[in-house]
Amino acid sequence: MIEVFREILGSLSRNKLRSLATGFAVACGIFLLIILQGTSNGIIHTFEQASAGFAFDAIHVFPGFTSKPYNGIKEGRRIKLDDSDSEVTLSNFPNELSSVIAQISHTANSASFGKNYLSNVSLQGARPETQEMEALQLITGRFINKIDLDEQRKVIVISDKNRDDLFKHGERAINQQVRIDGITFTVVGIYKEDGMMSGNDFYAPFTTLKTIYGKGYDIDQLQLKSKNLDTEEKNDAFESAFRKVMAVKHEFAPDDRSALWIWNSASENADMTKAENILHTSFWILGLLTLLSGVVGVSNIMLIAVKERTHEFGIRKAIGATPWNIISMVVLESIVITTIFGYIGMLLGIIFCEGMDAYYGNQTMDMGFFQSSIFVDPTVDISTCIHATIVMIVAGALAGFFPASKAAKVKPIEALRG
Amino acid sequence: MMIQLKGLHKTYKGAQPLHVLKGIDLNIEEGEFVAIMGASGSGKSTLLNILGILDDYDEGEYTLNGTLIKNLSETKAAGYRNRMIGFVFQSFNLIPYKDALENVALPLFYQSVSRKKRNAIAMEYLDKVGLRDWAHHLPNEMSGGQKQRVAIARALITHPQIILADEPTGALDSKTTVEVMELLKELNQQGLTIIVVTHEADVAAQTNRTIHIVDGQIV
Repeated sequence: MIEVFREILGSLSRNKLRSLATGFAVACGIFLLIILQGTSNGIIHTFEQASAGFAFDAIHVFPGFTSKPYNGIKEGRRIKLDDSDSEVTLSNFPNELSSVIAQISHTANSASFGKNYLSNVSLQGARPETQEMEALQLITGRFINKIDLDEQRKVIVISDKNRDDLFKHGERAINQQVRIDGITFTVVGIYKEDGMMSGNDFYAPFTTLKTIYGKGYDIDQLQLKSKNLDTEEKNDAFESAFRKVMAVKHEFAPDDRSALWIWNSASENADMTKAENILHTSFWILGLLTLLSGVVGVSNIMLIAVKERTHEFGIRKAIGATPWNIISMVVLESIVITTIFGYIGMLLGIIFCEGMDAYYGNQTMDMGFFQSSIFVDPTVDISTCIHATIVMIVAGALAGFFPASKAAKVKPIEALRG
Repeated sequence: MMIQLKGLHKTYKGAQPLHVLKGIDLNIEEGEFVAIMGASGSGKSTLLNILGILDDYDEGEYTLNGTLIKNLSETKAAGYRNRMIGFVFQSFNLIPYKDALENVALPLFYQSVSRKKRNAIAMEYLDKVGLRDWAHHLPNEMSGGQKQRVAIARALITHPQIILADEPTGALDSKTTVEVMELLKELNQQGLTIIVVTHEADVAAQTNRTIHIVDGQIV
């Protein structure tokens, strides 16, 4: 084998220009393949980072208005959820849900500390479970606990962004008093704003809000934490079963979708995973097509090279080369060219991706209500490199095969004549 | 008996079939030095190609050193060419990007002899034809006579049963023609069977036997 490679390297290095021209097409193809992969990974990583702040087992249920007459009641009626719905829901779906909590919220006009203030503050009635449900990351302090709920304490957890707005001089926020529409709350914790929707919420104990703002038994939202709902079908089945149970309790048509608004993060996530897969696959196809044009180029040049070397193959056959000797030589030459130049292309592609990472990886796009990185880690991993290597070897063999079989058919007498 | 031909026929098929060899009977003993002469188109090159297993024939029998050569697969033919026949061509047919040593060693590559060993053997044969100092020169850096001597070294390296030379002096001047013929004669004296195709009478005169071919038949 080493002997054969020596023979091939000999013939390649003696025909430098031809080898270079052949290799260039492959290097370009692999270069583009790697860049496309890096770009698609960058986009996918961005998705993943943005969704890191979601809990994928959370289902949010909001009351809506009926859109169909039912049981003698006209449409357009407002559905009211109350405390009892959380118990009913959990007892009906013990296998699908691990917990259900009722949530209330209140929008306050302002929150202030000294001269600094924020307007239109959304207060969420929280329980200890809320932290996990909404995947909140605490930076300092603590979240709302059971004692807060029992004693209806006036405590709040705010985001780091709101902290920076209220406490402008780097003052310690924990244990400070913030006035919200004239009522003082003590800051007990700071959570990390995740760049997406929920960065502006203040979390106060559920019981405190209920008492202060006179919410009675009505609730604004049911938060369900699902379990075992690992497929789209199971999620869909659960949602329609849940609607039926609620329809009986609140007297609306089971197929009236506007009576209850259900936002299921699991199905959102499934959609996103599907989109990621489509993106990934389409970028591979694009890359492979680019590479294919490189392969056709190699094949063409090899074909010309074989024609040029007809005489040489004739000599080799006359002194004892079998057709298989000739075929394996040409195919291996092709594989060696594609692999060497493929690796050069791959290396350049990786360098380009790393450059892209260094330049764009830290840039963020501010879209008003949320911030997003354009590219997160737009690089390729080792498995892509292994795949690309396999692709190169296959491509090289493919590109070499047709010219090689042509070379093997050379008749020594015809080649040696003249 | 080294070579035995019995009623050999060869026709080139085509729009107008060409009957080139019309019943050749020929025996060549081991150690002979034979010249085949004939006008162009007489069929002498076809005969040489068949003797060299580069071409097939339609009818008759060709036995080379006891082995019947007929309807061989390409792979088998390549093996026989490699081990039994040494070729010397008018246009040398050296591989241009390989130096003299590599060209001489190439037949051994197809016998899977290691590089080190085949280069050592090739150097020995280059020494035999007086080109030890030219081992690392490319063919285009050598004269015609030198190139033909490299080709002869290449033909000898596998210890073939016969040497087939197709107009070996056709591209050489008179001085180098003498050199090459002296070399062939010397090899013949060492016991090698040599067949030369030529149209030069004084080349044929230096062999032991001359076979004339006219119109596809031995006369």
